[in-house]
Amino acid sequence: MAELLLIARLAGRRIAFPASMVEAVVELEGLTPAPRAAAHVAGLSALRSRVLTVIDGLASLEFGRSGEGGLREAIVVPWDGHNYALMVDEVEDVVEAVAPPTPIKAPLGAGWDRVAIGMVEAGGGLILLVDPHLLIAGPAAHAA
Amino acid sequence: MDELINDFIAETRDMLQALSGAIVVWEAHPGDRERLDEIFRFVHTVKGNCGFFDLPRLELLSHAAEGALAEVRAGGRVADTRLVNAVLAVIDRIGELVQALETGENVASEDDEQLIAALAGNSAAEAVPEALAAPEPESRKAVRSIRLSVDLLDRMMNGVSDAVLARNELARRLRDAPRDVAVETAFERVSACIAEIRDGITRTRMQRIDSLFSGLPRMVRDLAAELGKQVRLEADGGDVELDREMIEMIRDPLTHIVRNAIDHGIESPADRAAASKPKAGTLRVSARQAGNQILIEVADDGRGIDGDALLRKARAAGLVSAEQADRMTAAQKTALVFMPSLSTAEEVTAISGRGVGMDVVRANIERIGGVVDVDSKLNQGVRLCIRVPLTLTIIPALTVSVDGQVFAIPRSAIDEILRAGGATVRIDRVGEAEVATIRDRRVPLVALAALLGVETRAERAEQKLILLKPAGGDVYALAVDGVHDHEELVVKPAAPAVMAAGLYAGTTLADDGSPILLLDPSGVAKCAGISFDESELERALLAPAAEAEATRETTLLLFRALSGACRAVPVALVERIEDVAAEAVRFSAGKLRVAVGGRILPLAGCEAAPATGKLRILRLTDGVGELAYGFAEVIDIRAVALDVQPAPAPGEVAGVALIDGLQVETLDPYWLFAAHRDAVEASEAQPVCALPEGDPWMDNMLRPMLESLGYRIVAARDGVAADILIQSAEAADGTASAAQILRIRSRPEAEEGGDSIYRYDRAGLLSALSRGAVKGGANG
Repeated sequence: MAELLLIARLAGRRIAFPASMVEAVVELEGLTPAPRAAAHVAGLSALRSRVLTVIDGLASLEFGRSGEGGLREAIVVPWDGHNYALMVDEVEDVVEAVAPPTPIKAPLGAGWDRVAIGMVEAGGGLILLVDPHLLIAGPAAHAA
Repeated sequence: MDELINDFIAETRDMLQALSGAIVVWEAHPGDRERLDEIFRFVHTVKGNCGFFDLPRLELLSHAAEGALAEVRAGGRVADTRLVNAVLAVIDRIGELVQALETGENVASEDDEQLIAALAGNSAAEAVPEALAAPEPESRKAVRSIRLSVDLLDRMMNGVSDAVLARNELARRLRDAPRDVAVETAFERVSACIAEIRDGITRTRMQRIDSLFSGLPRMVRDLAAELGKQVRLEADGGDVELDREMIEMIRDPLTHIVRNAIDHGIESPADRAAASKPKAGTLRVSARQAGNQILIEVADDGRGIDGDALLRKARAAGLVSAEQADRMTAAQKTALVFMPSLSTAEEVTAISGRGVGMDVVRANIERIGGVVDVDSKLNQGVRLCIRVPLTLTIIPALTVSVDGQVFAIPRSAIDEILRAGGATVRIDRVGEAEVATIRDRRVPLVALAALLGVETRAERAEQKLILLKPAGGDVYALAVDGVHDHEELVVKPAAPAVMAAGLYAGTTLADDGSPILLLDPSGVAKCAGISFDESELERALLAPAAEAEATRETTLLLFRALSGACRAVPVALVERIEDVAAEAVRFSAGKLRVAVGGRILPLAGCEAAPATGKLRILRLTDGVGELAYGFAEVIDIRAVALDVQPAPAPGEVAGVALIDGLQVETLDPYWLFAAHRDAVEASEAQPVCALPEGDPWMDNMLRPMLESLGYRIVAARDGVAADILIQSAEAADGTASAAQILRIRSRPEAEEGGDSIYRYDRAGLLSALSRGAVKGGANG
């Protein structure tokens, strides 16, 4: 059975997440700031009675911060007993991977290198496969 | 043990259930080898487990069935109807016994033997199946319970929380809509149902406290054996139910308390016999529910906590001032056991050090909204009482806001709520910090907005102050824009990236479904830099007791010295301020002196006599003598909590402190009076004590004590004459002469042939010193 991939856009690039790691795709309603939390934490939001820790994908890649306002699409990723909402530019589709991911031989540039699993042929092109947990962990966890 | 039994019961019941199909098949086809094996495995497992639990009846039954079935398996016997019936009867009996174990009933045992005999093929037991078919007694309690995964329970809990939120939302909509009685009635019903479901689900999170107590007998036995003590454990109230997570949170503190009680509380059998107590100590652990709290009590009949010994340690460590010590009740002294870094045990043993960790115990209990009290009677025992809320997940909290964002604060940490602009509150800016004075009580002020790095929308005077007393910390005031409501909040842990801020205890949801962060009062204090951390604590240990209390303030006279520096001196020492003519100042008899009011006072604060004009002097008094201090101008009088950075060497200036953002040098009156001592006009003879210089312990701890005894302190230099000379036993150098020499050692053990006194042997010191004081007085 081929792996299902969730195709999304982050920092202007098309990326894929293993769909098995993603619980849902939501549009965030309201964002409660969490002052002094880690830099890549955009704040908190609620999904029904669950608190989501909202992760700014851009900030996690250390590409700056996502802009304020507007509808925010996010993927819900449960990890280690907590629920995270990973903000992306846009969620495109769920597709089947044509082949298993292959390692990338070339440097991807700062940020991406940290979160990449490999690249994968899907949806008519070669897409970077990203580990959402690494995005959630943020840059600090990697440094430590 | 109870927990294991419960596991055994549940496991056996599960197996029985799974086996029921096999039994039916086997009954129809006794030759079915697979079923036979299945049933054999069951009785074999039961037999094995019974060996653990000392359940002789079950063991006997399962052993007999196993034997019979083994014979069949080995081909030594044919599984005829009689045997099948006998085996089934045994299995039924096992089921009954297991159920009885759970309900605590008795099952008649007289026909066990018949059942076993039937297995053996004894024809005397033919009637057994009929006997079994007899109707079961009506009175038997039905056991209805299932095992569920915790995940499922959590999902149900979440579902109910969702339902509560949806109900709240609906309630809001209904309030806005035109009234409709029928709809409202229906809504009321839904509300009531949801409340009931929530209640039920909450109860599923409960666990008997037994699971907490079950580990104790073994621990007590092992510890007692290790320490050569005899301890009898009495556990009571194991059927009290507590939130599952709460039980886990209490486990460590309770273990610690029990270890402490055995290690330090209960004496060795010999000591107990000497105190005419039973040889074996008794440790009572009990739990009971009182309202919406659970009380867990650990009581021993050991030697108790020596409150006075604790107080001595606290005094020696500078954690308690003499004044506080005098006012302390016995209960307060005992409660010192919770102070960080205090231990009454002279040596910390491998098991525990009472006190070392009791502060942690208290902090852990308070973190879950609980309280721990200690009650001790010397030589009669200690009773520790832990009170915790019924459930961990629902915390009574106060919601506050800053910059429009709502935060919650656990109510257990809140002392008081005040208006910042109120009459009882005064706020001063001290350097970059703010201090709130509330009815003569001075507490550091933390502005939540500044701490969080957000804008505040309210003027300070319109803000509210919340007095917080975090677990194991000092009281401080938190300034917020608004205070909203007391609420019972369902709190969940926050993600690590959020917890990293160090400010939060968890997250919760408001009625409208938006997330709220729960502030952690001690975390806030830590982030604001007002809590004692390790290094500060060490400094507090070295600092004099009077300064150990960070918030204690002194009224200071701020003045500009002749050198231009800003200096301060306690107002209490200033007798008066005077202008004297330059001619009154003379360098005479090796010192600068000033003639004022018909007396000659030594003059400090200036290098030389001014050529012309006037000199402004402070007349300082220590209650006995006087000296003058020349200065330029008075700046202000301020009451401040001093945090003095000490000067590198003793001298006129004790150190530097930050007052109103200015670096202010604080005078060292002790030094001043000591340095000018020979010239200070003393009204009466005082015994003189020579103290070695540069020993922080002597300067900070011993000196106040000596002064309180009426000694005048001089530095033990060459040629100084004193009534009593203090020497360190470790570094004795006899350069000063004295009528009496008191040698003080820093280690409790006496050296061979030494006449020194241990520095914390207060009684010994006092008696030696009062002899000196009398002698000194008599000489003078």
